[in-house]
Amino acid sequence: MGKKQIFNATLTAIRALSERYSMLTLSLPATVGDMEVLPGQFVEIRVADSPSTYLRRPISICDYDAASRVMTLLIRRAGEGTEHLCDLPEGSALDIVGPLGNGFSIPAPGSTALLAGGGIGVAPLMLLGKKMKEQGVTPCFLLGARTASEILLAKEFAAIGEVAISTDDGTAGEKGYAADNSVLGRHYDLVCTCGPKPMMAGIAHKARANGSPCEVSLENLMACGLGACLCCVEPTLKGNLRACVEGPVFDTGMLLWEI
Amino acid sequence: MANCQASPANNVNLAVEIAGLRMKNPMLTASGTFGFGEEFADFIDLEKLGGFIVKGTTLEPREGNPYPRMAETPSGMLNAVGLQNKGVDHFISDIYPRLKGLDTNVLVNVSGAKIEDYVAVAEKLAQLDGIPAIEVNISCPNVKKGGMAFGTTTDGAEAVTSAIRKAWPKTLIVKLSPNVTSIADIAKAVEGAGADSVSLINTLMGMAVDVERRRPCLSTVTGGLSGAAVRPVAVRMVWQASKAVNIPVIGLGGISSGRDAIEFMLAGARAVQIGTANFIDPQVTVKAIDWMEDWCRRHGVADINEIVGEI
Repeated sequence: MGKKQIFNATLTAIRALSERYSMLTLSLPATVGDMEVLPGQFVEIRVADSPSTYLRRPISICDYDAASRVMTLLIRRAGEGTEHLCDLPEGSALDIVGPLGNGFSIPAPGSTALLAGGGIGVAPLMLLGKKMKEQGVTPCFLLGARTASEILLAKEFAAIGEVAISTDDGTAGEKGYAADNSVLGRHYDLVCTCGPKPMMAGIAHKARANGSPCEVSLENLMACGLGACLCCVEPTLKGNLRACVEGPVFDTGMLLWEI
Repeated sequence: MANCQASPANNVNLAVEIAGLRMKNPMLTASGTFGFGEEFADFIDLEKLGGFIVKGTTLEPREGNPYPRMAETPSGMLNAVGLQNKGVDHFISDIYPRLKGLDTNVLVNVSGAKIEDYVAVAEKLAQLDGIPAIEVNISCPNVKKGGMAFGTTTDGAEAVTSAIRKAWPKTLIVKLSPNVTSIADIAKAVEGAGADSVSLINTLMGMAVDVERRRPCLSTVTGGLSGAAVRPVAVRMVWQASKAVNIPVIGLGGISSGRDAIEFMLAGARAVQIGTANFIDPQVTVKAIDWMEDWCRRHGVADINEIVGEI
């Protein structure tokens, strides 16, 4: 894994994707050098001028282009900290630590992969899908949300691979939960999922039924993000492991989930 | 680059000593907030620190408390980690060899459920040349047995300290709980039992409730409050403890800058620890050291020891 860094990035663009979600585009300083970002890694952002937000906010890296040093982050308005981040004016400086954690696996060229995201969980699938496609893997995206207006980045995902959609209310794609989408009836060489835990558990269950290995990205509450505080641990076959270092991506075979 | 010495007029002595423990500056990191140091090596030069205190170590491995273990609170956080660690033998075999060559002080925080366990850990660590001091945690609010139970009565604090004193010949620091009526009485008891120094404060016991789920935020219901929110309480207790004992006091609790560190030293601390603030700025320790040096220059202080307990 590459070196962790601390740097100030400039917010060059901010776009509201829906009432609850915003896409932040950041320009990273030259000091980050040829920083390597693994799909699935995250950054910790300091929320300045927000007295109620004491700790940094862990945010999954949606996309990163090393040549231009442009990073995109997808943020959901979940509380005061993320509200503040979604309302920042363009040109703001953001104090960032990262990249942190591990990443998803990328299977061998010629493989197939299902990349399933629920709500904000689609974020890491962008860079993951791009890297897979570059390496000769065929990704299929499964995007889940409550309703059509909350299906995020569908066009961008469609530019990379096949896209399947599930909405709770049936306003886009198949009606019902992502874990019940018909694309889960197939075998994949790898299933990668990020989203609410019940969704990930449902997807992991289907993956197992089809003999597909499955990796999940966890959103455990975190304090430091650096492996020091041991707040974000997940029980595994190897004991309590840190979601910020040994994760956030775990093979479901390692977890103690009832799948 | 050639040797770039500051002119003598600008030289400030930041070096301090805690009962034989020589530190190049008063800056330590608080146990449980700095891992084994290595977690921060990408951000700072560990050798710039006066020292760092590694994660609370127990005789046997511990898995700690169930998740959730953390809740953010105004200017602070609650934790209920519960001393998750792989045990002293793992520290000695896997961690210590990587740390022992560092040109800084590596201290181990020692915890236990019963006195014999503390003693056994201290005996094992005493074999390591590269560990000049231990900090004994008699104040963890997150373990059911032991921990804070020893730290909240003078008898308990005295018993555990005197037992470890016999097993640990080097610098012995005892970390005190703030969850007591008289910090001065506990500090005196520990001093009388042979401690070389006291560090304070450990976390304040606190609690938070998720009002939407109508459940406690922590799996253990209560946990330890740390961060900037506790700082005035910590400054007060450091001041009271330092007036009560003759051994050096190490101050911690919400320190987030060089300014805060100087505040603790004026109130009576010979050295300081930064804890939770490491999570917010992983470079806070070295920034604070630079600020303290600059503060000394601005105030015409040639030796930082001069200001200890000025208040």
